[in-house]
Amino acid sequence: MLKLQHQIGRNTLLILIIVVLFLPFLPLLIWSFAQGWYFPQLIPQNWTLSHWAKIGSAASRVGEGLLNSLAIALITTAISLLLGLPAGRALGLMKFPGKTGLKLFLLAPIIVSPLATLMGMQFILIRLGLNGTLLGVVLVHLMPTLPYMTLVLASVFANFEVGYEIQARSLGASPLQVFSQITLPLIAPGVMVGALFAFLISWNEFLLTFFIGGGKVFTLPMVLFTLLQGGNNGLVAAVAITSIIPGLAFLAVASRSLENDAALGGLGNV
Amino acid sequence: MSSILKSSPKTPFNLRGQAWLLRSYPYLLLLPALSVIALLFGGGLVLALLQSLGLLGVGGDGHLTLAAYQQALSHPEFLRALGLSLYTAIMATGLSVMGSIGLALLLRSTGRWASLACQITLPIPHLVGVVGILLLLTPSGLVSRILYAIGWIQSDQDFPLLVNDGANLGVLLHFLWKEIPFMTLILLAVLRGIDREYETQARVLGASPWQCFWHVTLPLMKPGILSASLIVFGFIFGSFEVPFLLGSTFPRTLPVLVYRTFTNVDLTQRPTAIALGLILSLCSTFMIMVYLWLTSDSPNSPNQNTKVRRS
Repeated sequence: MLKLQHQIGRNTLLILIIVVLFLPFLPLLIWSFAQGWYFPQLIPQNWTLSHWAKIGSAASRVGEGLLNSLAIALITTAISLLLGLPAGRALGLMKFPGKTGLKLFLLAPIIVSPLATLMGMQFILIRLGLNGTLLGVVLVHLMPTLPYMTLVLASVFANFEVGYEIQARSLGASPLQVFSQITLPLIAPGVMVGALFAFLISWNEFLLTFFIGGGKVFTLPMVLFTLLQGGNNGLVAAVAITSIIPGLAFLAVASRSLENDAALGGLGNV
Repeated sequence: MSSILKSSPKTPFNLRGQAWLLRSYPYLLLLPALSVIALLFGGGLVLALLQSLGLLGVGGDGHLTLAAYQQALSHPEFLRALGLSLYTAIMATGLSVMGSIGLALLLRSTGRWASLACQITLPIPHLVGVVGILLLLTPSGLVSRILYAIGWIQSDQDFPLLVNDGANLGVLLHFLWKEIPFMTLILLAVLRGIDREYETQARVLGASPWQCFWHVTLPLMKPGILSASLIVFGFIFGSFEVPFLLGSTFPRTLPVLVYRTFTNVDLTQRPTAIALGLILSLCSTFMIMVYLWLTSDSPNSPNQNTKVRRS
Protein backbone atom coordinates (compact mmCIF):
# COMPACT_ATOMS: atom_id res chain seq x y z
CA MET A 1 0.00 0.00 0.00
CA LEU A 2 2.75 2.39 1.01
CA LYS A 3 4.68 1.43 -2.06
CA LEU A 4 1.69 2.17 -4.28
CA GLN A 5 1.29 5.61 -2.71
CA HIS A 6 4.96 6.21 -3.26
CA GLN A 7 4.64 5.30 -6.90
CA ILE A 8 1.59 7.51 -7.44
CA GLY A 9 3.40 10.43 -5.83
CA ARG A 10 6.43 9.87 -8.03
CA ASN A 11 4.39 9.66 -11.21
CA THR A 12 2.40 12.80 -10.35
CA LEU A 13 5.62 14.70 -9.80
CA LEU A 14 7.01 13.43 -13.08
CA ILE A 15 3.89 14.42 -15.01
CA LEU A 16 4.04 17.87 -13.41
CA ILE A 17 7.66 18.31 -14.53
CA ILE A 18 6.84 17.23 -18.07
CA VAL A 19 3.88 19.65 -18.18
CA VAL A 20 6.14 22.54 -17.09
CA LEU A 21 8.73 21.58 -19.71
CA PHE A 22 6.07 21.66 -22.41
CA LEU A 23 4.42 24.87 -21.14
CA PRO A 24 6.38 27.42 -23.25
CA PHE A 25 5.21 25.65 -26.41
CA LEU A 26 1.56 26.35 -25.63
CA PRO A 27 1.55 30.14 -26.29
CA LEU A 28 3.75 29.51 -29.36
CA LEU A 29 1.17 27.17 -30.85
CA ILE A 30 -1.79 29.45 -30.07
CA TRP A 31 -0.07 32.62 -31.29
CA SER A 32 0.91 31.06 -34.60
CA PHE A 33 -2.79 30.67 -35.47
CA ALA A 34 -4.14 33.72 -33.64
CA GLN A 35 -5.37 36.95 -35.12
CA GLY A 36 -5.18 39.98 -32.83
CA TRP A 37 -5.02 38.10 -29.54
CA TYR A 38 -5.20 40.87 -26.94
CA PHE A 39 -5.06 40.82 -23.14
CA PRO A 40 -7.12 39.60 -21.32
CA GLN A 41 -8.52 37.12 -23.89
CA LEU A 42 -7.72 33.61 -22.76
CA ILE A 43 -8.09 32.22 -26.25
CA PRO A 44 -8.10 34.21 -29.50
CA GLN A 45 -11.47 35.20 -30.91
CA ASN A 46 -10.30 34.91 -34.48
CA TRP A 47 -8.05 32.28 -35.96
CA THR A 48 -5.92 32.67 -39.04
CA LEU A 49 -3.45 30.82 -41.23
CA SER A 50 -1.86 34.03 -42.45
CA HIS A 51 1.28 33.72 -40.28
CA TRP A 52 2.00 30.31 -41.74
CA ALA A 53 1.29 31.62 -45.23
CA LYS A 54 3.82 34.42 -44.67
CA ILE A 55 6.53 31.89 -43.83
CA GLY A 56 6.32 30.58 -47.37
CA SER A 57 6.76 34.03 -48.91
CA ALA A 58 10.22 35.14 -49.97
CA ALA A 59 9.82 38.48 -48.17
CA SER A 60 9.91 36.84 -44.76
CA ARG A 61 13.28 35.23 -45.66
CA VAL A 62 12.33 32.15 -43.64
CA GLY A 63 12.98 29.80 -46.56
CA GLU A 64 16.39 31.37 -47.10
CA GLY A 65 17.19 31.10 -43.39
CA LEU A 66 16.09 27.48 -43.28
CA LEU A 67 18.30 26.52 -46.23
CA ASN A 68 21.32 28.44 -44.89
CA SER A 69 20.92 26.96 -41.41
CA LEU A 70 20.57 23.46 -42.80
CA ALA A 71 23.59 23.80 -45.10
CA ILE A 72 25.78 25.30 -42.35
CA ALA A 73 24.71 22.71 -39.75
CA LEU A 74 25.26 19.75 -42.09
CA ILE A 75 28.67 20.92 -43.34
CA THR A 76 29.79 21.78 -39.81
CA THR A 77 28.68 18.38 -38.55
CA ALA A 78 30.48 16.57 -41.38
CA ILE A 79 33.76 18.43 -40.80
CA SER A 80 33.50 17.95 -37.02
CA LEU A 81 33.05 14.24 -37.57
CA LEU A 82 36.02 14.06 -39.93
CA LEU A 83 38.30 15.86 -37.45
CA GLY A 84 36.73 14.37 -34.34
CA LEU A 85 37.14 10.71 -35.33
CA PRO A 86 40.96 10.60 -35.20
CA ALA A 87 41.09 12.93 -32.20
CA GLY A 88 38.52 10.86 -30.33
CA ARG A 89 40.44 7.68 -31.11
CA ALA A 90 43.65 9.13 -29.73
CA LEU A 91 42.01 10.45 -26.57
CA GLY A 92 39.90 7.37 -25.97
CA LEU A 93 42.26 4.53 -26.84
CA MET A 94 45.78 5.70 -26.23
CA LYS A 95 47.94 6.85 -23.37
CA PHE A 96 50.53 9.51 -24.09
CA PRO A 97 52.30 12.37 -22.29
CA GLY A 98 50.41 15.64 -22.23
CA LYS A 99 47.04 13.99 -22.84
CA THR A 100 45.15 15.86 -20.08
CA GLY A 101 46.49 19.21 -21.20
CA LEU A 102 45.66 18.63 -24.86
CA LYS A 103 42.16 17.49 -23.96
CA LEU A 104 41.57 20.62 -21.87
CA PHE A 105 42.85 22.75 -24.74
CA LEU A 106 40.39 21.07 -27.13
CA LEU A 107 37.55 21.77 -24.70
CA ALA A 108 38.46 25.42 -24.12
CA PRO A 109 36.04 26.82 -26.74
CA ILE A 110 33.00 25.35 -24.96
CA ILE A 111 34.07 26.46 -21.48
CA VAL A 112 35.51 29.92 -22.13
CA SER A 113 33.28 32.61 -23.64
CA PRO A 114 33.87 33.00 -27.40
CA LEU A 115 33.21 36.76 -27.42
CA ALA A 116 36.82 37.96 -27.24
CA THR A 117 37.86 35.39 -29.85
CA LEU A 118 35.09 36.53 -32.18
CA MET A 119 36.01 40.17 -31.93
CA GLY A 120 39.66 39.33 -32.50
CA MET A 121 38.89 37.11 -35.44
CA GLN A 122 36.59 39.51 -37.22
CA PHE A 123 39.57 41.71 -38.01
CA ILE A 124 41.40 38.97 -39.90
CA LEU A 125 38.32 37.36 -41.47
CA ILE A 126 37.40 40.68 -43.09
CA ARG A 127 40.87 40.86 -44.63
CA LEU A 128 40.65 37.24 -45.80
CA GLY A 129 37.26 37.98 -47.37
CA LEU A 130 35.63 35.34 -45.17
CA ASN A 131 33.53 37.69 -43.10
CA GLY A 132 29.92 37.48 -44.19
CA THR A 133 30.39 34.22 -46.09
CA LEU A 134 28.97 30.76 -45.48
CA LEU A 135 32.50 29.34 -45.23
CA GLY A 136 33.46 31.84 -42.55
CA VAL A 137 30.38 30.95 -40.52
CA VAL A 138 31.06 27.20 -40.87
CA LEU A 139 34.62 27.77 -39.65
CA VAL A 140 33.55 29.54 -36.46
CA HIS A 141 30.78 27.01 -35.83
CA LEU A 142 33.52 24.37 -35.58
CA MET A 143 34.69 25.98 -32.33
CA PRO A 144 31.77 24.73 -30.24
CA THR A 145 30.91 21.59 -32.27
CA LEU A 146 34.35 20.01 -32.48
CA PRO A 147 34.87 19.76 -28.68
CA TYR A 148 31.50 18.03 -28.20
CA MET A 149 32.14 15.63 -31.06
CA THR A 150 35.63 14.76 -29.77
CA LEU A 151 34.39 14.27 -26.21
CA VAL A 152 31.61 11.90 -27.25
CA LEU A 153 33.81 9.90 -29.64
CA ALA A 154 36.66 9.67 -27.12
CA SER A 155 34.28 8.11 -24.64
CA VAL A 156 33.01 5.61 -27.20
CA PHE A 157 36.55 4.68 -28.20
CA ALA A 158 37.42 4.18 -24.53
CA ASN A 159 35.03 1.21 -24.59
CA PHE A 160 36.21 0.00 -27.97
CA GLU A 161 37.81 -3.40 -28.45
CA VAL A 162 40.79 -3.04 -30.78
CA GLY A 163 41.01 -6.82 -31.06
CA TYR A 164 38.26 -6.87 -33.69
CA GLU A 165 40.26 -4.62 -35.98
CA ILE A 166 43.42 -6.67 -35.61
CA GLN A 167 41.48 -9.85 -36.26
CA ALA A 168 39.99 -8.40 -39.46
CA ARG A 169 43.38 -7.17 -40.62
CA SER A 170 45.00 -10.51 -40.05
CA LEU A 171 42.22 -12.13 -42.06
CA GLY A 172 43.19 -9.93 -44.98
CA ALA A 173 40.84 -6.96 -44.81
CA SER A 174 42.15 -3.66 -46.14
CA PRO A 175 42.33 -0.67 -43.75
CA LEU A 176 39.33 0.83 -45.52
CA GLN A 177 37.34 -2.40 -45.15
CA VAL A 178 38.26 -2.59 -41.48
CA PHE A 179 37.05 0.94 -40.93
CA SER A 180 33.77 0.60 -42.81
CA GLN A 181 32.88 -2.93 -41.71
CA ILE A 182 34.33 -3.20 -38.21
CA THR A 183 35.15 0.17 -36.65
CA LEU A 184 32.24 2.23 -37.93
CA PRO A 185 29.47 -0.21 -36.95
CA LEU A 186 30.99 -0.54 -33.47
CA ILE A 187 31.18 3.19 -32.84
CA ALA A 188 27.93 4.02 -34.69
CA PRO A 189 25.96 5.09 -31.57
CA GLY A 190 28.73 7.52 -30.65
CA VAL A 191 28.87 8.90 -34.18
CA MET A 192 25.11 9.39 -34.01
CA VAL A 193 25.19 11.21 -30.64
CA GLY A 194 28.19 13.33 -31.64
CA ALA A 195 26.53 14.28 -34.91
CA LEU A 196 23.28 15.08 -33.08
CA PHE A 197 25.07 17.46 -30.70
CA ALA A 198 27.11 19.07 -33.48
CA PHE A 199 24.01 19.57 -35.62
CA LEU A 200 21.93 20.99 -32.76
CA ILE A 201 24.69 23.36 -31.61
CA SER A 202 25.25 24.72 -35.09
CA TRP A 203 21.50 24.93 -35.73
CA ASN A 204 21.05 26.78 -32.45
CA GLU A 205 23.99 29.14 -32.84
CA PHE A 206 23.22 32.84 -32.86
CA LEU A 207 26.17 34.83 -31.52
CA LEU A 208 28.84 33.33 -33.79
CA THR A 209 26.71 33.73 -36.92
CA PHE A 210 25.77 37.25 -35.87
CA PHE A 211 29.40 38.33 -35.52
CA ILE A 212 30.97 36.55 -38.45
CA GLY A 213 27.97 36.43 -40.78
CA GLY A 214 27.98 40.23 -40.78
CA GLY A 215 24.24 40.32 -41.49
CA LYS A 216 24.83 38.67 -44.86
CA VAL A 217 24.54 35.02 -43.84
CA PHE A 218 20.91 34.83 -42.80
CA THR A 219 20.27 31.72 -40.72
CA LEU A 220 17.03 30.82 -38.99
CA PRO A 221 18.13 32.17 -35.56
CA MET A 222 19.01 35.45 -37.30
CA VAL A 223 15.53 35.58 -38.88
CA LEU A 224 13.96 34.92 -35.49
CA PHE A 225 16.13 37.52 -33.72
CA THR A 226 15.26 40.17 -36.31
CA LEU A 227 11.55 39.37 -36.15
CA LEU A 228 11.61 39.53 -32.35
CA GLN A 229 12.57 43.20 -32.53
CA GLY A 230 9.57 43.77 -34.79
CA GLY A 231 6.81 42.62 -32.47
CA ASN A 232 4.58 40.55 -34.78
CA ASN A 233 3.96 37.78 -32.24
CA GLY A 234 2.04 35.55 -34.64
CA LEU A 235 4.80 35.44 -37.23
CA VAL A 236 7.49 35.09 -34.54
CA ALA A 237 5.65 32.09 -33.09
CA ALA A 238 5.24 30.45 -36.49
CA VAL A 239 8.96 30.88 -37.29
CA ALA A 240 9.89 29.61 -33.81
CA ILE A 241 7.86 26.44 -34.36
CA THR A 242 9.40 25.98 -37.81
CA SER A 243 12.90 26.15 -36.37
CA ILE A 244 12.13 23.38 -33.88
CA ILE A 245 11.24 20.79 -36.49
CA PRO A 246 14.65 19.72 -37.89
CA GLY A 247 16.13 19.34 -34.41
CA LEU A 248 13.17 17.28 -33.25
CA ALA A 249 13.42 15.07 -36.32
CA PHE A 250 17.13 14.48 -35.70
CA LEU A 251 16.44 13.75 -32.02
CA ALA A 252 13.79 11.20 -32.99
CA VAL A 253 16.24 9.44 -35.31
CA ALA A 254 19.01 9.49 -32.70
CA SER A 255 16.90 8.75 -29.63
CA ARG A 256 18.00 5.10 -29.51
CA SER A 257 21.64 6.12 -29.54
CA LEU A 258 21.04 8.57 -26.70
CA GLU A 259 20.55 5.55 -24.48
CA ASN A 260 24.10 4.52 -25.19
CA ASP A 261 25.86 5.25 -21.91
CA ALA A 262 29.34 5.32 -23.34
CA ALA A 263 28.48 8.06 -25.84
CA LEU A 264 26.83 10.39 -23.35
CA GLY A 265 29.15 9.48 -20.52
CA GLY A 266 31.80 11.45 -22.41
CA LEU A 267 30.08 14.69 -21.43
CA GLY A 268 30.16 13.53 -17.83
CA ASN A 269 33.88 13.00 -18.03
CA VAL A 270 35.48 16.29 -18.96
CA MET B 1 48.96 -0.11 -28.46
CA SER B 2 48.62 -2.92 -30.92
CA SER B 3 46.25 -0.76 -32.92
CA ILE B 4 49.21 1.37 -33.76
CA LEU B 5 51.19 -1.46 -35.23
CA LYS B 6 48.49 -2.26 -37.72
CA SER B 7 49.17 0.94 -39.59
CA SER B 8 52.36 -0.55 -40.95
CA PRO B 9 52.06 -4.29 -40.75
CA LYS B 10 54.03 -5.14 -43.87
CA THR B 11 56.41 -2.23 -44.12
CA PRO B 12 59.91 -3.28 -43.09
CA PHE B 13 60.54 -0.18 -40.98
CA ASN B 14 63.70 -0.16 -39.01
CA LEU B 15 62.95 -0.45 -35.33
CA ARG B 16 63.93 3.08 -34.52
CA GLY B 17 61.56 4.56 -37.10
CA GLN B 18 58.78 2.35 -35.90
CA ALA B 19 59.26 3.40 -32.29
CA TRP B 20 59.13 7.03 -33.35
CA LEU B 21 55.95 6.42 -35.32
CA LEU B 22 54.45 4.62 -32.36
CA ARG B 23 55.15 7.50 -30.02
CA SER B 24 53.96 10.24 -32.34
CA TYR B 25 50.87 8.39 -33.61
CA PRO B 26 48.40 9.79 -31.03
CA TYR B 27 49.67 13.30 -31.66
CA LEU B 28 49.26 12.84 -35.40
CA LEU B 29 45.67 11.73 -34.84
CA LEU B 30 44.99 14.78 -32.70
CA LEU B 31 46.74 17.19 -35.03
CA PRO B 32 43.83 18.12 -37.35
CA ALA B 33 41.41 18.89 -34.52
CA LEU B 34 44.05 20.64 -32.44
CA SER B 35 45.20 22.85 -35.28
CA VAL B 36 41.64 23.94 -36.08
CA ILE B 37 41.03 24.93 -32.46
CA ALA B 38 44.47 26.52 -32.09
CA LEU B 39 44.06 28.51 -35.30
CA LEU B 40 40.49 29.66 -34.68
CA PHE B 41 40.21 29.93 -30.92
CA GLY B 42 43.82 30.55 -30.00
CA GLY B 43 44.44 32.74 -33.03
CA GLY B 44 41.31 34.75 -32.30
CA LEU B 45 42.42 35.30 -28.72
CA VAL B 46 45.89 36.46 -29.78
CA LEU B 47 44.39 38.85 -32.32
CA ALA B 48 42.00 40.16 -29.67
CA LEU B 49 44.89 40.70 -27.28
CA LEU B 50 46.91 42.58 -29.92
CA GLN B 51 43.95 44.81 -30.72
CA SER B 52 43.20 45.50 -27.08
CA LEU B 53 46.82 46.58 -26.58
CA GLY B 54 46.64 48.99 -29.50
CA LEU B 55 49.09 47.01 -31.61
CA LEU B 56 46.61 46.16 -34.35
CA GLY B 57 43.38 47.33 -35.91
CA VAL B 58 41.07 50.29 -35.42
CA GLY B 59 42.41 52.97 -33.13
CA GLY B 60 45.73 51.19 -32.80
CA ASP B 61 48.75 53.12 -33.95
CA GLY B 62 51.21 50.34 -33.31
CA HIS B 63 52.24 51.54 -29.88
CA LEU B 64 51.68 49.40 -26.83
CA THR B 65 49.09 50.94 -24.57
CA LEU B 66 46.96 49.78 -21.68
CA ALA B 67 44.40 52.54 -22.21
CA ALA B 68 41.70 50.06 -23.31
CA TYR B 69 42.06 48.11 -20.07
CA GLN B 70 42.00 51.29 -18.05
CA GLN B 71 38.79 52.28 -19.77
CA ALA B 72 37.29 48.81 -19.43
CA LEU B 73 37.98 48.56 -15.72
CA SER B 74 36.76 52.09 -15.02
CA HIS B 75 33.61 51.59 -17.12
CA PRO B 76 30.75 52.73 -14.86
CA GLU B 77 28.81 49.51 -15.49
CA PHE B 78 31.71 47.05 -15.39
CA LEU B 79 31.54 45.87 -11.79
CA ARG B 80 27.75 45.64 -11.70
CA ALA B 81 27.75 43.79 -15.02
CA LEU B 82 30.33 41.32 -13.73
CA GLY B 83 28.33 40.86 -10.55
CA LEU B 84 25.11 40.22 -12.46
CA SER B 85 26.84 37.73 -14.78
CA LEU B 86 28.36 35.83 -11.87
CA TYR B 87 25.10 35.80 -9.93
CA THR B 88 23.11 34.58 -12.95
CA ALA B 89 25.58 31.87 -13.93
CA ILE B 90 26.10 30.58 -10.37
CA MET B 91 22.39 30.56 -9.51
CA ALA B 92 21.35 28.94 -12.79
CA THR B 93 24.10 26.30 -12.61
CA GLY B 94 23.51 25.55 -8.92
CA LEU B 95 19.76 25.16 -9.31
CA SER B 96 20.21 23.12 -12.50
CA VAL B 97 22.57 20.75 -10.67
CA MET B 98 20.06 20.18 -7.87
CA GLY B 99 17.14 19.85 -10.25
CA SER B 100 18.93 17.46 -12.55
CA ILE B 101 20.17 15.20 -9.74
CA GLY B 102 16.59 14.91 -8.53
CA LEU B 103 15.17 14.35 -11.98
CA ALA B 104 17.84 11.80 -12.91
CA LEU B 105 17.13 9.78 -9.75
CA LEU B 106 13.40 10.03 -10.48
CA LEU B 107 13.84 8.85 -14.07
CA ARG B 108 16.25 6.10 -13.12
CA SER B 109 13.47 3.63 -12.45
CA THR B 110 10.87 4.80 -14.94
CA GLY B 111 10.36 3.78 -18.52
CA ARG B 112 11.88 5.06 -21.72
CA TRP B 113 9.03 7.39 -22.60
CA ALA B 114 9.33 9.44 -19.43
CA SER B 115 13.03 10.00 -20.10
CA LEU B 116 12.29 10.91 -23.70
CA ALA B 117 9.60 13.42 -22.65
CA CYS B 118 12.05 15.05 -20.27
CA GLN B 119 14.52 15.53 -23.12
CA ILE B 120 12.06 17.69 -25.03
CA THR B 121 13.96 20.95 -24.50
CA LEU B 122 17.27 19.46 -25.66
CA PRO B 123 16.86 20.16 -29.41
CA ILE B 124 15.04 23.47 -28.93
CA PRO B 125 17.11 26.53 -29.96
CA HIS B 126 17.65 29.05 -27.16
CA LEU B 127 15.90 31.76 -29.15
CA VAL B 128 12.77 29.62 -29.43
CA GLY B 129 12.81 29.10 -25.66
CA VAL B 130 13.17 32.85 -25.21
CA VAL B 131 10.13 33.48 -27.43
CA GLY B 132 8.09 30.87 -25.56
CA ILE B 133 8.99 32.34 -22.18
CA LEU B 134 8.25 35.88 -23.36
CA LEU B 135 4.81 34.89 -24.63
CA LEU B 136 4.21 32.96 -21.41
CA LEU B 137 5.49 35.33 -18.71
CA THR B 138 5.25 38.95 -19.86
CA PRO B 139 2.50 40.98 -18.11
CA SER B 140 0.24 40.32 -21.12
CA GLY B 141 1.41 36.71 -21.48
CA LEU B 142 -0.55 33.51 -21.16
CA VAL B 143 0.05 33.00 -17.41
CA SER B 144 -1.09 36.54 -16.68
CA ARG B 145 -4.26 35.93 -18.74
CA ILE B 146 -5.00 32.74 -16.84
CA LEU B 147 -4.58 34.53 -13.48
CA TYR B 148 -6.90 37.27 -14.72
CA ALA B 149 -9.48 34.74 -15.86
CA ILE B 150 -9.60 33.08 -12.44
CA GLY B 151 -9.70 36.46 -10.76
CA TRP B 152 -6.30 36.52 -9.02
CA ILE B 153 -5.26 39.75 -10.68
CA GLN B 154 -7.41 42.69 -11.75
CA SER B 155 -5.24 43.99 -14.59
CA ASP B 156 -1.96 43.19 -16.33
CA GLN B 157 -0.36 45.80 -14.06
CA ASP B 158 -0.81 43.43 -11.10
CA PHE B 159 1.27 40.70 -12.71
CA PRO B 160 4.80 40.52 -11.23
CA LEU B 161 7.65 41.46 -13.53
CA LEU B 162 9.27 38.16 -14.54
CA VAL B 163 11.12 39.15 -17.72
CA ASN B 164 13.61 41.99 -18.19
CA ASP B 165 13.58 42.28 -14.39
CA GLY B 166 16.46 43.36 -12.18
CA ALA B 167 16.92 39.90 -10.66
CA ASN B 168 17.18 38.25 -14.09
CA LEU B 169 14.37 35.84 -13.14
CA GLY B 170 13.35 35.31 -16.75
CA VAL B 171 16.94 34.41 -17.67
CA LEU B 172 17.19 31.98 -14.74
CA LEU B 173 13.88 30.32 -15.65
CA HIS B 174 14.96 29.95 -19.27
CA PHE B 175 18.26 28.34 -18.36
CA LEU B 176 16.64 25.99 -15.84
CA TRP B 177 14.14 24.95 -18.48
CA LYS B 178 16.91 24.31 -20.99
CA GLU B 179 19.80 23.01 -18.86
CA ILE B 180 18.07 20.70 -16.37
CA PRO B 181 17.09 18.26 -19.15
CA PHE B 182 20.61 18.51 -20.64
CA MET B 183 22.30 17.74 -17.32
CA THR B 184 19.76 15.02 -16.54
CA LEU B 185 20.63 13.27 -19.78
CA ILE B 186 24.31 13.20 -18.82
CA LEU B 187 23.62 12.17 -15.22
CA LEU B 188 21.28 9.37 -16.34
CA ALA B 189 24.11 7.91 -18.41
CA VAL B 190 26.41 8.24 -15.39
CA LEU B 191 23.83 6.61 -13.10
CA ARG B 192 23.37 3.67 -15.45
CA GLY B 193 27.10 3.08 -15.28
CA ILE B 194 27.06 2.84 -11.48
CA ASP B 195 26.89 -0.60 -10.02
CA ARG B 196 23.67 -0.76 -7.99
CA GLU B 197 25.33 -3.34 -5.74
CA TYR B 198 26.96 -0.51 -3.71
CA GLU B 199 23.59 1.00 -2.89
CA THR B 200 22.00 -2.33 -2.11
CA GLN B 201 24.87 -3.15 0.23
CA ALA B 202 24.52 0.18 2.04
CA ARG B 203 20.79 -0.38 2.52
CA VAL B 204 21.34 -3.96 3.71
CA LEU B 205 23.83 -2.65 6.25
CA GLY B 206 21.18 -0.34 7.65
CA ALA B 207 21.65 2.98 5.89
CA SER B 208 18.53 5.12 5.52
CA PRO B 209 17.55 6.11 1.95
CA TRP B 210 18.98 9.56 2.61
CA GLN B 211 22.27 8.19 4.01
CA CYS B 212 22.52 5.87 1.05
CA PHE B 213 22.05 8.80 -1.34
CA TRP B 214 24.44 11.12 0.48
CA HIS B 215 27.24 8.67 1.22
CA VAL B 216 27.03 6.26 -1.71
CA THR B 217 25.10 7.47 -4.77
CA LEU B 218 26.13 11.13 -4.73
CA PRO B 219 29.89 10.50 -4.39
CA LEU B 220 29.67 8.03 -7.26
CA MET B 221 27.89 10.65 -9.40
CA LYS B 222 30.37 13.37 -8.46
CA PRO B 223 32.65 13.27 -11.54
CA GLY B 224 29.62 13.43 -13.84
CA ILE B 225 28.08 16.30 -11.88
CA LEU B 226 31.36 18.23 -11.97
CA SER B 227 31.81 17.89 -15.72
CA ALA B 228 28.21 18.72 -16.54
CA SER B 229 28.16 21.79 -14.30
CA LEU B 230 31.46 22.97 -15.78
CA ILE B 231 30.02 22.92 -19.30
CA VAL B 232 26.77 24.58 -18.18
CA PHE B 233 28.47 27.30 -16.10
CA GLY B 234 30.84 28.22 -18.91
CA PHE B 235 27.99 28.40 -21.36
CA ILE B 236 25.66 30.53 -19.21
CA PHE B 237 28.42 32.90 -18.09
CA GLY B 238 29.26 33.70 -21.71
CA SER B 239 25.79 33.56 -23.23
CA PHE B 240 24.55 36.62 -25.01
CA GLU B 241 21.14 36.34 -26.64
CA VAL B 242 19.22 35.07 -23.62
CA PRO B 243 20.17 37.92 -21.21
CA PHE B 244 19.99 40.36 -24.12
CA LEU B 245 16.33 39.50 -24.77
CA LEU B 246 15.06 38.25 -21.40
CA GLY B 247 17.40 39.88 -18.94
CA SER B 248 17.62 42.99 -16.86
CA THR B 249 18.06 46.22 -18.83
CA PHE B 250 20.25 47.80 -16.17
CA PRO B 251 22.74 46.59 -15.20
CA ARG B 252 23.36 44.30 -18.17
CA THR B 253 25.36 41.09 -18.08
CA LEU B 254 29.00 41.29 -19.10
CA PRO B 255 28.53 39.71 -22.56
CA VAL B 256 25.70 42.15 -23.32
CA LEU B 257 27.88 45.04 -22.18
CA VAL B 258 30.72 43.79 -24.40
CA TYR B 259 28.38 43.57 -27.38
CA ARG B 260 26.96 47.05 -26.75
CA THR B 261 30.42 48.54 -26.49
CA PHE B 262 31.66 46.73 -29.61
CA THR B 263 28.71 47.84 -31.75
CA ASN B 264 28.91 51.43 -30.49
CA VAL B 265 28.92 53.96 -33.34
CA ASP B 266 32.07 55.37 -31.78
CA LEU B 267 34.72 53.09 -33.30
CA THR B 268 37.34 54.14 -30.76
CA GLN B 269 35.33 52.10 -28.23
CA ARG B 270 36.34 48.86 -29.97
CA PRO B 271 39.60 48.27 -28.11
CA THR B 272 37.67 48.80 -24.85
CA ALA B 273 35.07 46.25 -25.95
CA ILE B 274 37.78 43.74 -26.80
CA ALA B 275 39.50 44.38 -23.47
CA LEU B 276 36.16 43.76 -21.73
CA GLY B 277 35.76 40.55 -23.73
CA LEU B 278 39.21 39.34 -22.69
CA ILE B 279 38.45 40.17 -19.07
CA LEU B 280 35.27 38.11 -19.47
CA SER B 281 37.30 35.13 -20.76
CA LEU B 282 39.79 35.56 -17.93
CA CYS B 283 37.00 35.65 -15.35
CA SER B 284 35.43 32.42 -16.62
CA THR B 285 38.82 30.69 -16.71
CA PHE B 286 39.49 31.88 -13.16
CA MET B 287 36.05 30.79 -11.90
CA ILE B 288 36.50 27.35 -13.42
CA MET B 289 39.92 26.95 -11.83
CA VAL B 290 38.55 27.94 -8.42
CA TYR B 291 35.66 25.52 -8.90
CA LEU B 292 37.96 22.65 -9.86
CA TRP B 293 40.23 23.44 -6.93
CA LEU B 294 37.34 23.60 -4.44
CA THR B 295 35.83 20.36 -5.66
CA SER B 296 39.01 18.38 -6.14
CA ASP B 297 39.23 15.28 -3.97
CA SER B 298 40.41 15.90 -0.46
CA PRO B 299 42.61 13.08 0.86
CA ASN B 300 39.90 11.60 3.09
CA SER B 301 37.03 11.87 0.65
CA PRO B 302 34.94 8.72 0.57
CA ASN B 303 35.07 8.04 -3.15
CA GLN B 304 38.82 8.12 -3.45
CA ASN B 305 39.22 4.56 -4.47
CA THR B 306 35.90 3.85 -6.09
CA LYS B 307 35.96 3.95 -9.80
CA VAL B 308 32.79 4.55 -11.75
CA ARG B 309 32.20 1.55 -13.88
CA ARG B 310 31.14 2.25 -17.42
CA SER B 311 30.09 -0.78 -19.32
